[in-house]
Amino acid sequence: MAEQIEKVSIIISRGSLEGVYPGLIMANGARMEGIDVTVFFTFFGLDAVIDKRMDNLSVATVGNQAMRMPGGLKMPTLLGAIPGMSAFATYMMKKEMEKIDIPPVREFIEMISDTGAEIFACKATVDMFHLTKDDFCPQVNEIITVGEFYEKSQGASIIFT
Amino acid sequence: MATKEYAGKTVETTDDGYLINASDWNEEIAKEIAKEEGIEELNDRHMTVINFMREVFEKTGEGPSIRKLTKESGVPTKELYELFPKGPAKKAARIAGIPKPKGCI
Repeated sequence: MAEQIEKVSIIISRGSLEGVYPGLIMANGARMEGIDVTVFFTFFGLDAVIDKRMDNLSVATVGNQAMRMPGGLKMPTLLGAIPGMSAFATYMMKKEMEKIDIPPVREFIEMISDTGAEIFACKATVDMFHLTKDDFCPQVNEIITVGEFYEKSQGASIIFT
Repeated sequence: MATKEYAGKTVETTDDGYLINASDWNEEIAKEIAKEEGIEELNDRHMTVINFMREVFEKTGEGPSIRKLTKESGVPTKELYELFPKGPAKKAARIAGIPKPKGCI
């Protein structure tokens, strides 16, 4: 049998609801399996750990080729641009996630942090967007450089989302 | 499928060691499975988790998600990971004598 995965480093680079959740689910799922986890938020993915924004992430309804309307028809991009469409899709997705016990972003981040996973924010993005440590939720352990990210990922499989 | 002997009782298990019949379970069996999972002694807090899992399983036919477990059993996430290091959902389910959890959360 091949060696078991002992450690993963998950990079979350997108800030839409559907961009953030896969990484969070994989991080939590890894801890459930006893795998060590580092989560690194970068670029727009930082919104998921910015205290003032993390409760208001939304689904991208424009430029998403797999977006469907209720009933299953493909949603034309122009329709996705109508005001309220993203809010509606976000509402629907949150409702469905709650049904299968996927927590809201803030609760999920707290949960992942409580499992013993380490959570980091990307320094380059922090500098670019003029953020400080105070802008983040308390679960963010540290703001680190790419180099430090690789140091912390020693021996880990790196997953980019 | 396999058979195993725990606490003087022969029970059927899956290949990865979960009891096939939750009704075969008793606390003595739980203690022996716990040892196999590296938990030398089951304390009250372990038992809170295990009993809660069994309760949910009896009601719904499935073990609880970790989220439900931590919210409703009164054992917070941090403690759960301390009680069952290296994979609480699976370990606790196995010790509780219920099937391997199927959910992703």
